[in-house]
Amino acid sequence: MNPAPATCIRIERLGKTYRGQPTPALQAIDLAVAEGEFVALVGASGCGKSTLLRLIAGLEAPSEGQVCLDGRPVTGPGCDRAVVFQDYSLYPWLNVLENVRFCRSLRAHTRDASESEVNSAVERAYALLELMGLDEVRTRYPNQLSGGMRQRVAIARALMAQPRVLLMDEPFGALDAQTREVMHELILRLFEIERSTIVFVTHDVEEAVYLADRVVVLAPQPGRIDSIHPVALPPPGARHPDLKLAADFLHQKKIVLDRIRATSGVQRDLDKLSRLAELSRRDRRPDTKPTAGNH
Amino acid sequence: MAADPLWSIRGTLGGARYLAIAGVGFASLLGGWWLLAGSGLVDPVFLPTPTAVARRLLGWYADGSLFADIKISIGRVLGGFGLAVLMAVPLGIYIGSFRPVQAFFEPLMEFARYLPAVAFVPLVLLWVGIGEGAKITLIWIGTFFQMVLMVSDNIRQVPMAQIEAAQTLGANRGEVVSLVVFKSALPGIVDTLRVTLGWAWTYLVVAELVAANSGIGYAILRAQRFLQTDKIFVGILLIGLLGLLMDQGFRLLHRRAFPWLHLR
Repeated sequence: MNPAPATCIRIERLGKTYRGQPTPALQAIDLAVAEGEFVALVGASGCGKSTLLRLIAGLEAPSEGQVCLDGRPVTGPGCDRAVVFQDYSLYPWLNVLENVRFCRSLRAHTRDASESEVNSAVERAYALLELMGLDEVRTRYPNQLSGGMRQRVAIARALMAQPRVLLMDEPFGALDAQTREVMHELILRLFEIERSTIVFVTHDVEEAVYLADRVVVLAPQPGRIDSIHPVALPPPGARHPDLKLAADFLHQKKIVLDRIRATSGVQRDLDKLSRLAELSRRDRRPDTKPTAGNH
Repeated sequence: MAADPLWSIRGTLGGARYLAIAGVGFASLLGGWWLLAGSGLVDPVFLPTPTAVARRLLGWYADGSLFADIKISIGRVLGGFGLAVLMAVPLGIYIGSFRPVQAFFEPLMEFARYLPAVAFVPLVLLWVGIGEGAKITLIWIGTFFQMVLMVSDNIRQVPMAQIEAAQTLGANRGEVVSLVVFKSALPGIVDTLRVTLGWAWTYLVVAELVAANSGIGYAILRAQRFLQTDKIFVGILLIGLLGLLMDQGFRLLHRRAFPWLHLR
């Protein structure tokens, strides 16, 4: 273990304002992601977590500040930062194997590729299919697959490009709870084997705490970093779904949840609700105003 | 039956039964025609009997001009329609992909598609003469503008996630357009072509009615002069049949070329 791993992504004074909107979507974001680190971005809706991911990917241009990958500023999308989207990103006219190998049809990957590199790419495609449990469905088309399978194909396709960073934008947001659980184990295993750097956007705090090394809580209006929570859990390989029920895990989850509530106005809404409940309880008390049927 | 899938909303119907019901539909049209024409209530000049129409078809075939007329009409449709496809598909791809191209062409096309193609006939005759060029030009005017707009719409339907996924895998702009946008929109484009081919047939008849001395449309016009209602019927039915055949051809192509859309 290297005591001080190199910085992979450095975000400096990053801001994004959309035209015609008074408050910036993101303001003064400073964040460094280390080589081989798993960072989760969470926060209330509208906090700009997806925008931040898209800025790292180069799919949006910053209004101020910059994102640097290995010291070089990001100017647009590129194969060193592959993105896994929530859905609809697979190519329905290609089968599973062809989808995974899609990047091999691009000039960026075939230019100056030696024969041995091409061979190793073929091997890598098959290895990824096996790792993701897609071996038996490799000739199927995406619309013949379940939602969980489709996301596995999307992840394998992104990894095929051998990106420096894997960016995931609510990749399991459309999956049911059971499939999600399986995907979590898969991601941890993958993270252990591939040792990739991952930035992961999710609205599921449990998912964030279970998977990530650090959880970054963003606050809305304007989108900004509220707090960063290093997660103290066993290493990825030693995690087990039962961990999600352990007291220590729940405690860490609660800290993050409390921050999101405090920044999102949910707390205000909850307070309002409890005051309302209080009022109706008082109304129902027989000594103040007895009503029929409530005794 | 408590829940008959046949009559439930968007219920199911097997292929054989579907065909049978469709057959009954055609048979009742033919039967109704037969009854009406055979009853003597209607003058045969207005409504010839099916047998008279069939006899006329055989006569047309016997004098050797039937296939020549069909061939020349199909040739004109394919010429005008093919020209429109060659121009509309690339232009539609650019309009659907790049905003400045869209800003330049789309309002123009929206305007042009409301220009009545039929009213262009005298101009077309003036510009390109009365040869084959006139028919092809008229069919082109009738289909091109609509086709461009529909193809650019097909292109815009491609999910942004598919495009962005390619960009983050290292695809350059040309590769995104040729490997993702075009491939993704292709089934929709083929459907667009299928629909616009129907309009090409309409404008063929217009062209042949006003400026031709051959083809099915011209045959209909000549039959009108001699009050050969049965021949008019043959011509109309022939065009309907040819259109239906080409439409089915496109459907078959769709199934063959895009197998992933027809799974399950």
